[in-house]
Amino acid sequence: MLKNRIIPCLDVKKGRVVKGINFVDLKDAGDPVEQAKIYSEGGADEICFLDITASNENRDIIYDVVKKTSKKCFVPLTVGGGIKSIEDIRKLLNCGADKVSINTAAVQDSKIVKDSSQKFGSQCIVVAIDAKNNGDMWEIYTHGGRNRTGIDAIKFAKKMEESGAGELLVTSMDRDGTQVGYDIDLMSKISSKVNIPVIASGGVGNLDHLVDGIKLGKASAVLAASIFHYGKHSIKQAKEYLDSKGIPVRI
Amino acid sequence: MKVAIVDYNSGNISSVINSFREVAKDKVNIEVTSDLKKIESSDKVVLPGQGSFKSCVDALNKISGLTETLNEFAIINKKPLLGICVGLQMFADIGYEETETKGLGWISGKVSKMNNQNGKYKLPHIGWNQISIVKDSKIFKDIENNSHMYFVHSYEFIPKDKNVISATTDYSSNIVCSVEKENIFGTQFHPEKSDKIGLKIINNFIIL
Repeated sequence: MLKNRIIPCLDVKKGRVVKGINFVDLKDAGDPVEQAKIYSEGGADEICFLDITASNENRDIIYDVVKKTSKKCFVPLTVGGGIKSIEDIRKLLNCGADKVSINTAAVQDSKIVKDSSQKFGSQCIVVAIDAKNNGDMWEIYTHGGRNRTGIDAIKFAKKMEESGAGELLVTSMDRDGTQVGYDIDLMSKISSKVNIPVIASGGVGNLDHLVDGIKLGKASAVLAASIFHYGKHSIKQAKEYLDSKGIPVRI
Repeated sequence: MKVAIVDYNSGNISSVINSFREVAKDKVNIEVTSDLKKIESSDKVVLPGQGSFKSCVDALNKISGLTETLNEFAIINKKPLLGICVGLQMFADIGYEETETKGLGWISGKVSKMNNQNGKYKLPHIGWNQISIVKDSKIFKDIENNSHMYFVHSYEFIPKDKNVISATTDYSSNIVCSVEKENIFGTQFHPEKSDKIGLKIINNFIIL
């Protein structure tokens, strides 16, 4: 039986791990290579790096981080943040990333999803959808949540599946950093609409939220950051809890 | 001892390289190459593969003499070869991804899209699933039955002769996830991404 995955996400800025509340107010939580190793040894099913380095001159640091991490970490590694071109994807894959997560560039032009999935295979193309409930619909935001687009997240999810995305990483901007739980409605609506796996993200504050993301949100995988980073829970505890709630996990 | 990982532009092979180097340390020479002479002279060959069946077969054929060299290595000289993911799928006679494409024909059978039971199962089959070992395989030495392996695929290999199957996994149906035919080994899952247990399989292959 296929197991639901738990994915710790590390926000990386200029080669250091940080995690913000609602994308601002960043705190430093250490070295990404060491953290990834600790997580993979602790039973993480995958590791996700989100590069939030804003300026272009520091962009190359992430390649070095990925290179070092992939030599120590033998579970899948997904890297996202600032990917603009096929060349960016190629570089990350060559450094040892197993998947890339594309956000703004996919919203601007779905061709990057189509072209990259044909070139490298759907298995390594994750499309990251950042969405906010604006009353009428879940609207997609880009550029790390700064720009609104007027695009309906659910329709966009379907379009990304058709373009060749292998997975969708769905983040609720309303919930991110709040620790009140995933936006279950958003997750389940997208998950029911597409036939590719959905990774739920944004808002985890306790282990029940992970359970809800899978049971109610119908997500194949759950991504979380702060609850793991600051030692509130270990991956092992999270898995044992999910297991006790009847959710299949790799233990 | 020399192990050659065939580099034929089949997508992302960095993780395969990293894992083999991690296991081999300084004891075994891991060569990443498309050089026919180097492949010929190695003791073992690893055939990775990502992307579609067709794109991998096309990439193999693009390197003049490569399929013949692999054929000589695995079929005539019967030296150990491990295919991973699409690397395993290419053992088949034929694949149906994108369009009908001829495979290497080493293990008779076909590669077709997994049945998602009318959308009940998501594809690709991504994540950790347990393998059910159905036959003693040298690469499963000290690997417990029902161990978790990392999968990512939408197509499955269906061999004609069921005796070659060494492990299966349950998803939308019972999927062939490992084969062994004499000196030819293949895994549908990714041992290079399957944590310590995956590295053990790699080690088992290296020390064959």
